[in-house]
Amino acid sequence: MSLLEIENLTLSIGKTPILKNIDLTLSAGEVMGLVGESGSGKSMTALTIMRLLPQAAHAQGKVRFDGIDILAATEDQMCALRGDDIGMVFQEPMTALNPVKTIGEQVAEGIRWHTGANRAEAEERARKILDRVGLPEAKFPLSRYPHELSGGQRQRVVIAIACALKPKLLIADEPTTALDVVLQAQILDLLRDLVDENRMALLLISHDLAVVTEMADRITILRNGEVMEEGDTARTLSEQSHPYTRQLALASMHVPARRPFSPLEGEMSPKATERVGAGGTAHGPSTAEVTPSGRSAAISPSRGERTPLLVVENVTRDYPGRRTSLFRKPEPVRAVNDVSFAMKQGQSTALVGRSGCGKSTLARMILALDKPTDGAIRFMGETLTGKDEAQLKPARRNMQVVFQDPYGSFNPRHKVERLVAEPLHVLERQPEAGERREMVARALHEVGLKPADMDKYPHEFSGGQRQRLSIARAIITRPKLVVADEPVSALDVSIRAQILDLFADLNQRLGVAYLFITHDLSVARAITDEVMVMHEGKIVERGRTGEVLDNPQSEAGKALVAATPDLRRAIARRLQEQG
Amino acid sequence: MTAYLLKRLLIGIATLAVASIVVFSMLEIVPGDPARLMLGMNATPDAVQALRDQMGLDQPVIVRYFEWIGGLLTLDFGKSYTYSVPVLDLVTERVVVSLPLALIALALSTLIAIPVGIFSAERRGRAADTISMGAAQIGVAVPNFWFALLLIYIFAVWLRLVPAGGFPGWSAGIWPALKALILPAIALALPQAAILARVTRSAMLEVLGEDYIRTARAKGMPRRTVLWRHALRNAMIPVLTILGLQFAFLLAGTIIIENVFYLPGLGRLIFQAITQRDLIVVESVVMLLVAMVVVVNLLVDLSYAIVDPRLRTNR
Amino acid sequence: MTMPAAEPTNSQEAGFVAQALRNRSFLIGFVITVFIAGMALLSFFWTPYDVTKLIVADRMLPPSATHLFGTDQFGRDVLSMIMVGARSSIAVALVAVGIGMGLGVPLGCWAAARGGIVDDLLMRFNDVVFAFPALLSAIIITAILGPSATNAVIAIGIFNIPVFARVARAGALAIWPREFILAARAAGKNRTQITVEHILPNIANLLLVQGTIQFALGILAEAGLSYVGLGVQPPMPSWGRMLFDAQTRMMVAPYLALIPGFAIVFTVLGLNLLGDGISDIIDPKLRRQR
Repeated sequence: MSLLEIENLTLSIGKTPILKNIDLTLSAGEVMGLVGESGSGKSMTALTIMRLLPQAAHAQGKVRFDGIDILAATEDQMCALRGDDIGMVFQEPMTALNPVKTIGEQVAEGIRWHTGANRAEAEERARKILDRVGLPEAKFPLSRYPHELSGGQRQRVVIAIACALKPKLLIADEPTTALDVVLQAQILDLLRDLVDENRMALLLISHDLAVVTEMADRITILRNGEVMEEGDTARTLSEQSHPYTRQLALASMHVPARRPFSPLEGEMSPKATERVGAGGTAHGPSTAEVTPSGRSAAISPSRGERTPLLVVENVTRDYPGRRTSLFRKPEPVRAVNDVSFAMKQGQSTALVGRSGCGKSTLARMILALDKPTDGAIRFMGETLTGKDEAQLKPARRNMQVVFQDPYGSFNPRHKVERLVAEPLHVLERQPEAGERREMVARALHEVGLKPADMDKYPHEFSGGQRQRLSIARAIITRPKLVVADEPVSALDVSIRAQILDLFADLNQRLGVAYLFITHDLSVARAITDEVMVMHEGKIVERGRTGEVLDNPQSEAGKALVAATPDLRRAIARRLQEQG
Repeated sequence: MTAYLLKRLLIGIATLAVASIVVFSMLEIVPGDPARLMLGMNATPDAVQALRDQMGLDQPVIVRYFEWIGGLLTLDFGKSYTYSVPVLDLVTERVVVSLPLALIALALSTLIAIPVGIFSAERRGRAADTISMGAAQIGVAVPNFWFALLLIYIFAVWLRLVPAGGFPGWSAGIWPALKALILPAIALALPQAAILARVTRSAMLEVLGEDYIRTARAKGMPRRTVLWRHALRNAMIPVLTILGLQFAFLLAGTIIIENVFYLPGLGRLIFQAITQRDLIVVESVVMLLVAMVVVVNLLVDLSYAIVDPRLRTNR
Repeated sequence: MTMPAAEPTNSQEAGFVAQALRNRSFLIGFVITVFIAGMALLSFFWTPYDVTKLIVADRMLPPSATHLFGTDQFGRDVLSMIMVGARSSIAVALVAVGIGMGLGVPLGCWAAARGGIVDDLLMRFNDVVFAFPALLSAIIITAILGPSATNAVIAIGIFNIPVFARVARAGALAIWPREFILAARAAGKNRTQITVEHILPNIANLLLVQGTIQFALGILAEAGLSYVGLGVQPPMPSWGRMLFDAQTRMMVAPYLALIPGFAIVFTVLGLNLLGDGISDIIDPKLRRQR
């Protein structure tokens, strides 16, 4: 008999239907992946099993867990199940813990509640489980508060809470989405081990097919509240018999069609990789580790007489640190540490690294939104450092930005025309109203939107369309460089594929160079010629995208590559395991 | 934690320093010669001059400011121009009325408001919530002095349960003195309680929507247990802020309420001093009130640090 | 869910009106506010009786058909006095809100835009002013300049400055780190342009809500000041003063104490409901900004 049986589950919140006739079964010790794009009803399915739905929700159908009819159970029965037989891990570790209680209290609380253990016993068990999830007492005593822990550590605490009583079923709702790939790999490993050790069933909810493939024996694919396909993970994903499964899988593995970067005639052979910092200037960082030897022939600096697009020279950025005492000067935190590199016209470079490695700080300095503590940045031959806003205008014309969050990057009170036209502010001559509309219309057309869209407000667009608007805004001044900070990481896979195509297409048509900041190596692979790996404020590796990603040399690069889930590899491995 | 509290203490002292400059300089520009005021219109110019010398009125402003501050710090508030008694005596006589009144009102308001706020949040959208929040909505709109008039009319004039005004003094015994303060305290407390109840309720509701509440529910604890163990302490943070602000309002409120009930407190003193242009009394009383507000705000900061561990380690 | 679901579409005027018509607090508050404001405006052209004329023969008449709310100790018609009194209340509170907004909002926006020392100083300034409740500063000002409605306005207005500065600063600080501000900066806009084009429109809602709250508090403060003789001066009628005059006559003419009190409660209640309604309507947006 299955541990969890969901039959014909239909759920609505108010009058909005959320789930339609969901069927799902899960046996003890089995790992089931629940996959779908945003709004597909994954989280609501999980909350239904926990009976933690919003008040206006109304569920119909049958949900049986371990012989108990969940939908008909009393609240007392549910309280007995939650935290004891069913544990749950949530997406956002930063907010999932109570900020005013110690981690010890929060872990021990559930233990005491369910077992009636006294404080000392409960704390002893809390200590054990925290040690098991990788937070040993010596470094992480029970008296720590959540704000003293990092995101990954907090997620470990949440897992400890969920697994403290060895539940029969563990529900993990996007447990790694808020973490970077290296942490993601660690947390997934931990979950896998815990599930194996205690023969727990795991319902893993994720939007990421690769993650699910690595973890799950069986997979259920949801779309708009309905089950599209269900079955053995490897078989389902390799056969792709359902069109939506195929669509998802293809989008997950999508690589835009694009010519690899070929610089202006004769400057550099297509196969050559420039040496770090080369490409026109003799200046470059002298650190040996960033010049992987023997990777490719370096071109002689004399060949590239053209001014490089962007030169970053020994840039350092310190932030004031946290004050430890009223009378001691705080130690500064070095976010970017002596970084140098150069970019050519039309060339796309990815800046990859774990969260907090300093890549966004570097990007902001390049965009002249933040000032380096030390070093210089030159853009098209002009030094940006130390200039005021008025003097920066010419540079800003040729340098634009696309941000991660398609919802936060527009002023909700302005119409599209005004939003997209904003960078025109830097032009020497302000276009007239008619001219301006024309320019906006053209930019919208280039990103695949209709000119009529310019009279709408941003909230009338979907996430993917908004990212198109972001791109339209970035290209309206015909810049030479677009800095894109995680531009697709907030998007669903199918939308992500489309936006990557658009980036590739614009690179070809307009010759715009990208500096792509991302923690997602598949994005880097899809769209850039070159990769720089950043780690703790330094660039530790640089080279052709394919080469770096296939054969990383630095420790940081290796860690990133090893941790990145890859759908193709994951399917292959599963098929192999199954023979 | 010490760094945080030290910082708040320094801010408190700076606030007092700036407030003293403001008060001193504002009263400095007031027309009129205190010496002449004290001696009356018939005094000879020589006598006035002699008193001016004695009071040090001809010294430079800076010197007088620091002498005034030095006096405040050593509890030497100077002499009242009109009563010719030390201001300290006048003030202590009155503080024992105003401060208990404000504190009773604060306690009353907190004791009513916080349970009502929690109760309403717990029963969000139900009849009990609607009724108590409707009452709070009206309570916020009631001016405390008018409410005081109604209370006098009902309890003193009509039911004759308590005196309509006046204060027998603490020497008359605790009970008669308290009895005289009950109505004024209620009049002060209820409108503030209405505000505080609304703040408590919305703070609770906000916290109840947080992710960590869901985490706690997923541990298997019933809604109400989670509310007490997890929501309450977090919700107290905004409530404390309002509580600190309310003390200032309550102190100011006593000034008016004392006039309604003819209570011989600081409020009455300050009004008399203004009409008699007894500026040294005005200065001292205002500084005293500001100092009380600053001290209460320090207490609020201290309780923040107790409630919120992030303040203990950060900064 | 990994992504915010479809957002409510409510940033347009049409959406606001439609939601306002469904919001009970807003409707009631709006009607009351309009009613009181209309009454004050009407009093400029017409009142049932002349409030400057003292008719001793008609003094202390209880409410009747000829004098709906009765007459006071000088024989003046209470209804007419309430109407004229509404004027003073509204004028004092409105100007005080104007002072608070006019100075507080730029200060708060400036502090948020500059950060650092400017911001620190502003917050310390706020601490100082918050140590002087409106009534206390009114007392000091009155001690210097003598009692008048103008001085009441200044005192309440001064107290409003840090309130608006705080709200504007908090709102602006929540907007500054958002990506559309970075985008505007990348488009070469300076701090002032960004504040005017992007910050202000996005905190206008907050300021509007705070405005109604301070308006209501201003009416309460004006009544309090007039009651103790520091506000509107006789013979100009004011609600607070009417209550003071009624206090000694409560045994014989309780209506004299009840009617101005109800007028205050009614007005403040209306404004608070209006503010609650507005913040209910815009709340989804506020929540998303966090």
